[in-house]
Amino acid sequence: MHMHKLEKIWLIFGISCLVIFLTVVGVSAFYLGNKPPSCLTTVNPETVGQEKPFNEPGLHKVDGKAWDYELVYVASAFSYTPAQVEVPLGAKVKVIATTKDVIHGFEVAGTNINMMLEPGYISEYTTTFDKAGEFLIVCNEYCGAGHHLMFSKIEVVK
Amino acid sequence: MITSTAAKVKVDPRDAKLSMAHFFVAFSALALGGLMGLLQTLVRSGKWELPWGIDYYQILTVHGVLMGLVLTTFFIMGFQYAAVSRTTGGHSSAARRAGWIGFWVMLVGTLMAATMVLLKEASVLYTFYAPLKAHWIFYLGLTFVIVGSWIDGAAQIMTYARWRKNNPGQPSPLLSFMAVINTVMWIVATLGVAATVLFQLLPWSLGLVDTVDVLVSRTLFWYFGHPLVYFWLLPAYMCWYAIIPKIIGGKIFSDSLARLSFILFLLFSIPVGFHHQLTEPGIDPAWKFFQVILTFMVVIPSLMTAFSLFATFERYGRSKGATGLFGWFRVLPWGDARFIVPFIGMAAFIPAGAGGIINASNQMDQVVHNTIWITGHFHLTAATSVVLTFFGISYWLVPHLTGRRLTKAMNKLAIIQAWVWFIGMVFMSGSMHIQGLLGGPRRSAFSTYGGSEQAAEWIPYQIAQAVGGTILFLGIILVLIIFVNLAFFAPKGEEEFPVAEAENPEEKAPMVFENWKLWLGITAALILFAYTIPFIDIIQNAPPGSKGFQTWSKW
Amino acid sequence: MAKTVLKTNQKTEMEDRSSLKGTLASVFFLGIFIIVTWVSVYYLFVDRF
Repeated sequence: MHMHKLEKIWLIFGISCLVIFLTVVGVSAFYLGNKPPSCLTTVNPETVGQEKPFNEPGLHKVDGKAWDYELVYVASAFSYTPAQVEVPLGAKVKVIATTKDVIHGFEVAGTNINMMLEPGYISEYTTTFDKAGEFLIVCNEYCGAGHHLMFSKIEVVK
Repeated sequence: MITSTAAKVKVDPRDAKLSMAHFFVAFSALALGGLMGLLQTLVRSGKWELPWGIDYYQILTVHGVLMGLVLTTFFIMGFQYAAVSRTTGGHSSAARRAGWIGFWVMLVGTLMAATMVLLKEASVLYTFYAPLKAHWIFYLGLTFVIVGSWIDGAAQIMTYARWRKNNPGQPSPLLSFMAVINTVMWIVATLGVAATVLFQLLPWSLGLVDTVDVLVSRTLFWYFGHPLVYFWLLPAYMCWYAIIPKIIGGKIFSDSLARLSFILFLLFSIPVGFHHQLTEPGIDPAWKFFQVILTFMVVIPSLMTAFSLFATFERYGRSKGATGLFGWFRVLPWGDARFIVPFIGMAAFIPAGAGGIINASNQMDQVVHNTIWITGHFHLTAATSVVLTFFGISYWLVPHLTGRRLTKAMNKLAIIQAWVWFIGMVFMSGSMHIQGLLGGPRRSAFSTYGGSEQAAEWIPYQIAQAVGGTILFLGIILVLIIFVNLAFFAPKGEEEFPVAEAENPEEKAPMVFENWKLWLGITAALILFAYTIPFIDIIQNAPPGSKGFQTWSKW
Repeated sequence: MAKTVLKTNQKTEMEDRSSLKGTLASVFFLGIFIIVTWVSVYYLFVDRF
C-alpha cells in the first residue's frame, strides 16, 4: 500500500490539529477544572421534593465552600422551580438541579450552563456569573406537550 | 474495450426488483417526512398553526423517524444490495430470499411504528428517551425494523462470502467490500438499540416491569446513535470513492486507501457514543474524554477521503490538459447531474465536518448541546451531504434498474433540484447554526418564553428557517418528479451503473483488509475497552428506576 | 540545443500532469476552515460563564 507524499503531509497536519484541539480541551477540563457537567450523585426521583437541597429550591448563600452561593432547581413537566431568581453580579455559584419526572434540559441561554437533567441524578455546574442582565433558562430536551413552554429566568444584578 | 463491456454489466433484473422495492419505500418516506419538515419550520416561524388538533411533537416524531430511520435504512439497503449484485455478478436465490424477507419485516415494523405515532400513542421523537413511555407496538415495530435490516444485510454478506469462496486470494470488488463493512458496522451498532428495546422498553411498556433504568437506556441508545450517522454517511462515501471517478472519466486515487478508510470507520464509529452524552450526569468525565479521543480518531478517515477526492479530480483535470493550481476544477463535468448533485453534497461536508469536530470537543459541547445548532449540523451532514448523494445515485441507479434512461431534460431538472436544495439549506441550516450559538433550543415548537428578550432575538432566524424549509420542500417536490419519471415514464434504454477502476490496478489491496476476524476482534476490543467500566459503573450506581410518563398530547 | 529544450518541456508537462499541488492547497483550505471555526467556538466557550 502506497501513500502519496503530499497526502502524508496533509495527514500529519490534520492529525496534529486534532491532537492540539484535544490537548487544549483536555488541559482546560482536567487541569483548569472546566469539565462538562458530570455529577455522579443520585437521588430518588419520587421523593426528590422532600430531600435536601431540593426541599428548598432557590438561591442560598453558603459559607466555607469554594463557591459563594448554591442555586437549586427542581424541574418537572413543564416548569422549573424557582421561576425567577436574582443573582449578584460576580458571584461564584454552584447550580444544582434535578428532575422529578422525565428527562429535561437545563440551558441558561448564552452561557456555558447547559446540562441534562435525568430522573434519579443530580446535575451540577459551578461558574462565576460575571455578566449582568436577564438570562433565560430553557428546556432543550423534549419532555412532552409543553416542552416549549418550560422556562425560568435569572437576573444577574449589580 | 474494458470500459465498454463494463458499461454493459447490469444488475440482475431480479435483484433490481428488490432494490426498487426499497426505493419506493424510501422515496415515500421522503415525501411524507419532507412535508412534516415544512410544517415544522412554518410552526416555528410563529406565523402559522397546525390545524385539526395535530401536534407539533407528533409531526416532529414523524419527520425524525421517516427521514432518519426509514428513508435512510431503506435507501441504503436497496443501494448496497444493488452495488453488491453489480460488482459480484448477482445474488444467489437464497440471498435474494433473505433480502425480500428482510425488506418485508422492515416494512411491517415501519407500519406498526407509524400507526402508533399517528394515533398519538408514541410522540416520543425518534430518540424515544425513557421515561417517556410509548405504546408497546411502537417498540415492537422498531424491533422489526432492526431485525429486518439484519436479514436484509445478511443477503449482502452471503453474496460477498460466496464471491470470496469462488475467488480465493483475490481482494473483493471495492463496492462490495465497502457495502459489507457498512452492513457489519450496522449490525454491531444496532445490538445496542436492540438491547434497550428488547430488554428494557418492551417489557416496561407491556407492564411486565414497573421501572426502567434511564441512563442505561440512553447509553445503549447512543452506542447505536453515533454509528447510525456513519451508517448514513458510508454509502455516500462509497459513491464518492468508487463511482464518481468513473462518472467524471477519471480513476480511483487509491483502492487500498479507500479500503483502509472504511476499516477505520468500522473500528472507530462505535466506541464513541458518550460524545452525545457529554453534559449528562452519572458518567465519569474521564471516560467521556476517552471516548472524545476515539471520536477524533474517526475524523482521520474523513481527512483521507478529502485528499483522495480532490486528488481524483485534479488528476482527471490535468489529464485533460488543465494547468495551474486550480485549473483542474474548471474542467469537471459541471453539466452532469450524476456528478454535480453529489459534489454539492461533498462541499457541504466541509462545514458539516468542521461543526462535528466542535460538537465532539468535550466541554465545548456546552456551547451547542441540544441547541438548534445541532439540528443545523445534521441537516448539513445527513440532509445535505448524504441525501444529495443519495439523490445523485438514484438519478442513474433508478433508470439502470428500471431499464430506462436519464434524459437531458431530467438531468437539467436534477441539477436545478440540487441548487434549490443548496439554497434552501443555506437559509435553514445557516440560521439554525447562528440561532444555536445564541442559545436557541432544538426540538421546540414556537415560543416567546414569556416575552424574553433573548427568545425575541431568535425569532428572525426561525423565520429564515421557514423560508429555507419552504425552498427545501420545493426541492423535495422536484426530486419526487424526477424519481417518478425515472421509475415509470422515462424512455426505455440503458443507463450505466458506473463503477470506477483504480489508478494503479496492478497494485492489489493487501489481503489483510479482508481478515474479518482481525477487524471484528479490534472493533470488539475497542468497544469493550471504551464501555465496560463506565457501563458497570452506571449499573452499579444506578438510582431507583423510573416509572413511565406520557406527557405528550393525545387525541 | 533544440533537443534539450524539448526534453525539459516534456518533463515539466509530465510533472504537471501528475501534480497534486492543487489537492494539497484545497485540503489546506479545508484545514484552515476547520481551525478557524473551532477556535471561534472555543473563544465563545472561554468568553461565556
